[in-house]
Amino acid sequence: MTTELLDTPVTGTLALDLRGLRKSFGTVRAVDGLDLAVRPGEVVAFLGPNGAGKTTTIDMLLGLAEPDEGTVQVLGLEPTSAIAAGRVSAVMQSGGLLKDLTVAETIELTASFFRGTRSPKEVMERAGIADIADRRVGKCSGGQQQRLRFALALLPDPDVIVLDEPTTGMDVEGRRDFWNALRADAARGRTIIFATHYLEEADAYADRIVLVSHGRIVADGSAAQVKSLTSGRVVSASFAGPLDEAALRALPGVQDVEVRRERVIIRTTDSDAVARHLLTATDATDLEIAARGLEDAFLALTTDHAESTGSIA
Amino acid sequence: MTAIAVPATRARRGLNSTYLTIELRRLLRNRRGIIFTLVMPPVFFLLFGTVSSYKTESVGHANVTAWIMISMALYGAILSTTSGGASVSIERAQGWTRQLRLTPLSPVTYVATKVAVAMVMGLGAVVVTAAVGMASGATGDTSRILVSLALAWVGSSVFAAFGLFMGYLLPSENVMQVLGPVLALLSFAGGLFMPLGDGVFATIAQFVPTYGLAEIVRGPITDEGVSMWAVVNVVVWGIVFVVGAAWRFRRDTARV
Repeated sequence: MTTELLDTPVTGTLALDLRGLRKSFGTVRAVDGLDLAVRPGEVVAFLGPNGAGKTTTIDMLLGLAEPDEGTVQVLGLEPTSAIAAGRVSAVMQSGGLLKDLTVAETIELTASFFRGTRSPKEVMERAGIADIADRRVGKCSGGQQQRLRFALALLPDPDVIVLDEPTTGMDVEGRRDFWNALRADAARGRTIIFATHYLEEADAYADRIVLVSHGRIVADGSAAQVKSLTSGRVVSASFAGPLDEAALRALPGVQDVEVRRERVIIRTTDSDAVARHLLTATDATDLEIAARGLEDAFLALTTDHAESTGSIA
Repeated sequence: MTAIAVPATRARRGLNSTYLTIELRRLLRNRRGIIFTLVMPPVFFLLFGTVSSYKTESVGHANVTAWIMISMALYGAILSTTSGGASVSIERAQGWTRQLRLTPLSPVTYVATKVAVAMVMGLGAVVVTAAVGMASGATGDTSRILVSLALAWVGSSVFAAFGLFMGYLLPSENVMQVLGPVLALLSFAGGLFMPLGDGVFATIAQFVPTYGLAEIVRGPITDEGVSMWAVVNVVVWGIVFVVGAAWRFRRDTARV
């Protein structure tokens, strides 16, 4: 399993450098040989269904969990050193806040753990929570709490921010406000990696999308590349005689060929080429072309095709 | 990949005054906690300690009312320090301790802050109970009474360790709902609420964690002196609680 980025010569220190990561819980392999290199300034979406190993990977890159195998470096440092130095911070999915503190107290307190931070006032403004500074955390909505977590993550002015499914459980408005706050901050050249299972979120906010499934990376490319991947079509046709599957697979843009009794189903990004081939070079009949939904493409990539899909070039 | 040198850590060492201040503010906000630690012990004292015959009867260097006042001050102190220590369970349940691991705060500073705050709560309980007691007829050798009260406060640190141990052991948000009754029971069994006499209960009491402390704390105002057993009791239970708390603490902060 290689990603395109690992093949290019790396200059300078990587923001994140994960190599051969493996982590099991009992008999469950949460992370199963994961390599990822993120350059400074990249905004990377870690996209995958629940249980793909996203949270476990994040725990390892924050030093909250120890890998069974492999190495993790954040800005060339051990994760715990990078945390202690305030160079990486994280926005976790839920919890982690004391309900009886106010928003401002939570920020003031967290700031006191670091030596030298940005001012509490500034991070509250950046995260869009300056107007609720005196509210008790327990009385804040899920979206407000998440923006508070984001404000806390901004305090040490880190080089890398890691977010674990930051918008889970938020309503549409909360989600939009949260991403706007993050977006405004990302313009400052910070490296951002966020886990999500929303394809739209990954597409809208990341420069690069890394698809994970069963603890491995199954695709890695720019948002545009992943989008083109998911914007393919499904061509299906009936056939009576023998069918040359290899010829179909060799057509440009074909991703997958599946035969179900007397019907062939082809997933492709170039449906015209497939249709032309089927109608001119084979005796296929009853041809159908259907748009391929995002979900379908996503599932195809992240369920049982882990071996067959490599990097998207 | 060349690893660059680890930059000077930005972690702050030692106790942090912002943290202590905010923790004390949280204490004052917790009304139920205040009732349990600052109101209940003096009320118990007023209910059980101010019978008029107690005010004239002596236990050696003070009257019975003072004896009960000191017992209740100790009870309030151990209730306070236990609940202060046990508050780690709430903070674990809320994910706060995990959040702290994403900051440079060392886990040792965290526990030290919790203990310091627990001791402040304990001091509050001792001072309030003593003030009510002295105003309601507790008399005797003042310096001996003060030594007893100071011992009650210092000794209650054993129960801060107990609270920490339980707080790390029990994954509940309401750990004091369990520990409150447990402490009341231990206080009865350990002779904190009434003299034990010489029966089978007195024998059992010697193994109860509150027993040694109660004996030592009341030692200065009685003529009986402090038995070896009381000292052994406190030392052994103290070791059990500290080792237990350290064991669970290490487990909680270990990377898995």
